[in-house]
Amino acid sequence: MTVEASTPIFTAFKTARPDQWVKGVTGDWEIIVGMEVHAQVAANSKLFSGASASYGGAPNSHVSFIDSGMPGMLPVINKFCVEQAVRTGLGLGAKINLWSRFDRKNYFYPDLPQGYQISQYLYPIVGEGELEVESEDKSTIMVGIERIHLEQDAGKSIHDLDPDATYVDLNRSGCALMEIVSKPDIRSPEEAANYFKSLRSLVRYLGTCDGNMDEGSMRADVNVSVRRPGGELGTRCEIKNVNSTKFVAMAVAYEARRQIEILEDGGSIDQETRLFDVKTGQTRTMRSKEDAHDYRYFPDPDLLPLVITQEFVDGIKATLPELPSAKKQRFINDFGLSAYDAGVLVADKEFSDYFEEAASGTDAKMVNSWLTVELFGWLNKNGVEFANSPISAKNLGGLVKLIQDGTINGKIAKDVFAKMIETGDDASTIVERDGLKQTTDTGAIEKAIDDLMATQPDKVTEAREKPKMLGWWVGQVMKSTGGKANPAIVNDILKKKLGIE
Amino acid sequence: MTDLTKLSLKSALDGLNKGDFTSLEITDAFLARIDALNPKLNAYTLVTHEKAREDAKASDARRAAGNAGALEGAPLGIKDLFATKGYRTAACSKILGEFKPEYESTVTSNLWRDGAVMLGKLNMDEFAMGSSNETSAYGPVVNPWQIEKKLTPGGSSGGSASAVSANLCLAATATDTGGSIRQPASFTGTVGIKPTYGRCSRWGIVAFASSLDQAGPIAKDVTDTAIMLKSMCGHDGKDSTSLNVPVPDFAAAVSRGVKGLKIGVPKEYRLDGMPEEIEKLWQDGINWLKEAGAEIVDISLPHTKYALPTYYIVAPAEASSNLARYDGMRFGNRVDGNDLIDTYEKTRAAGFGAEVQRRILIGTYVLSAGYYDAYYLKAQKVRARILEDFTKAWEKCDAILTPTAPSAAFPIGQKQTDPIQMYLNDVFTVTTNLAGLPGISVPAGVDVNGLPLGLQVIGKALDEETLFAVAGVVEKSANFTAKPNL
Repeated sequence: MTVEASTPIFTAFKTARPDQWVKGVTGDWEIIVGMEVHAQVAANSKLFSGASASYGGAPNSHVSFIDSGMPGMLPVINKFCVEQAVRTGLGLGAKINLWSRFDRKNYFYPDLPQGYQISQYLYPIVGEGELEVESEDKSTIMVGIERIHLEQDAGKSIHDLDPDATYVDLNRSGCALMEIVSKPDIRSPEEAANYFKSLRSLVRYLGTCDGNMDEGSMRADVNVSVRRPGGELGTRCEIKNVNSTKFVAMAVAYEARRQIEILEDGGSIDQETRLFDVKTGQTRTMRSKEDAHDYRYFPDPDLLPLVITQEFVDGIKATLPELPSAKKQRFINDFGLSAYDAGVLVADKEFSDYFEEAASGTDAKMVNSWLTVELFGWLNKNGVEFANSPISAKNLGGLVKLIQDGTINGKIAKDVFAKMIETGDDASTIVERDGLKQTTDTGAIEKAIDDLMATQPDKVTEAREKPKMLGWWVGQVMKSTGGKANPAIVNDILKKKLGIE
Repeated sequence: MTDLTKLSLKSALDGLNKGDFTSLEITDAFLARIDALNPKLNAYTLVTHEKAREDAKASDARRAAGNAGALEGAPLGIKDLFATKGYRTAACSKILGEFKPEYESTVTSNLWRDGAVMLGKLNMDEFAMGSSNETSAYGPVVNPWQIEKKLTPGGSSGGSASAVSANLCLAATATDTGGSIRQPASFTGTVGIKPTYGRCSRWGIVAFASSLDQAGPIAKDVTDTAIMLKSMCGHDGKDSTSLNVPVPDFAAAVSRGVKGLKIGVPKEYRLDGMPEEIEKLWQDGINWLKEAGAEIVDISLPHTKYALPTYYIVAPAEASSNLARYDGMRFGNRVDGNDLIDTYEKTRAAGFGAEVQRRILIGTYVLSAGYYDAYYLKAQKVRARILEDFTKAWEKCDAILTPTAPSAAFPIGQKQTDPIQMYLNDVFTVTTNLAGLPGISVPAGVDVNGLPLGLQVIGKALDEETLFAVAGVVEKSANFTAKPNL
């Protein structure tokens, strides 16, 4: 009863692959990581009140009497939030608990108006499940899910507006969070980052959380300890509120190294809560175990136990979308993509939706290449969010179609692509307007070749002796036709005229 | 004209319906009486003269337009625990200061919906924690009975009981967490019912112990409490523990009689050293019910002796958490300190009285790591046993008759220094709170000093109608006509 809910009971579990071990001065070490991810439920209203749960808004403008802890106010559960927790659980293949209960976690802080957080401490709505995660060697590992419980978010304390005062914004107070607790199955900084990434991808597929890390919709508490490979578990430290996949990896790497150095110097690890400093990439003490609160959990007497039916769960199950792992397999089978390419596309529902729309009725592999190489490349280089891509899925598909049907060649396509980004127009409009259509008129091509052969007789002789010269000739013809000639036709005619087989 | 303040709620409503007088007239009569007597009784902490007269005028207009509600024009007093929009709601604690909520409790909203008029806010023990109304930040309430003796009206609904008894309102709202309606009713010769947990919405009532708190009325007679309760209760989607069940016509049950009913008499309620007159009163009650055609059966509620200790774990535990929101940050009084913790400590030390602090400490202790299992969890288990006792008893009887309190009203100050003595006041009443059952206190006689004593009827969950039927017989048989001499 007094064990912290967020502390899974560690038992025997797998040892890291030797390539994941961390070299120390005294030998190898193994990193053990478990994560608690807080994902804000994508809901219009809060977990126990009708106030808006949307991000932003003037400070304290999304606050009901309940969220501000007014005397005599009572919580009423938001059914939609319960559905989202169940949905997330089903997405993780987890056990759904038909009976769950809300407890109060008592502590004082100005951004906690009730003086307690309502949370499912002992009886969470979702039990054990698992998530497929990619390891750094591209193999996949299964990370166990311990539980998911629903709880209220706190408000926000703003300490830097005034040197002598703290301001409190209660807009977030009472928003529904799903706390997704993993088992300590993660063995490297990369796996930790990938777990966070996969989880984000999953909730976005399910639509249960928008996964927007900048707005704090997803944040991770990362538990890190080190041990000798396969040896006895070490003392863990919890790094609070890490809000990006990159930072998760950095925090784990730093923290593991810090612990190893202490242990190798003959010291011991203090169980404590730490903060990750994004500026220095280091973790530092937030509070030690001695400062740990006694939260005095007890069942919230304002709420009845949360009882749901199997029919309710089945109803949600029936509306589950295709999940990333299934979609990846389909992309491999149906589109002939490599596992790696399929993995990149399904990592984000936005990517895979875009891809499927663009690839409809055209060469999927070519679409994949234009999307992941050209478009992603441009977006990355220019720091543009995928959601704001200047080229729509339909237009990218249109570009590939023009290549496929021979209207333009690959070289021209790159120019068209650049113009599409610039203007937002579709490919055929640009090709039409700028007269970029590929020349398949053999007469015109023949004439261009004849003209060239007439002015360069020595090169003709050279080519007949050295068939590798053909490439040079193709280049010359393309140049003289402004790149619009169909390279395949140019090739054929050149071979014929030069007598190369 | 007769003194309108002496009327029962029922007869006042009849008078209003017949046009004998207006709501404004009876409201003014009450306001005048409050102005005259409240300085002696301290039953009201806030008298809302203007609002009362406006409410009354609006009510008279509604009546004239043919839209009279069930309580149309009836002037009522409201316990300070109920949030009243725009009017100070302080739970009689310093920590809430001049807090004026921007919302109205469901129970009072129901009363205004039915046409009632608000006279003001009634004194009570701070956060409803007390059995003598001495813990109020607004000072103790004086019992109108033998006013010169300065007796307590009981608590925590002392202001409600005193006001009803002294004709300072037609009826009053009250709340009961361990006996806070029934014990004051017993001390003041009034009738008070704590309905089944979940009958009345708790929304907008300042929380003391959420799993035990229940609102109910204190009124002059059994019929009046039935009329009040009908308006106060009903399902409320804003309270997750509110019961979605139909509201019966409670008043119709008052004259139903007890013929054929089995009335249980629990042997565990016969305490050592209980005053003889209470013993005798209990026997009188048994005889009256027998004469009226009920069958008396001996029953056993074996876990009764654990009820008080259980209550004093569960209630403080919940209270310690419920009262955490009084931190000086958003409303009420704040005492600034050197830093956050210092501000919390100074605010709460200055804002909460000794009894509230005691219960917060007890509650915090029993929920602490390492003590939770031994106290809170154990108490929950015993609570389940107490409910089981009643469930078994219902196999043998339809209602249970007990004394309401182990004594008559005692002088202000007498038990203030001895919390245990004070807590014993609730010995007969806490069991129903722990079991969520309805209980009613009816005046049945007087002690050797001429002070009123009540009998309690306990009923099955949601069977308030049987409760009213039994209480109706007790009331009729007791023929309790004594009134405080004011």
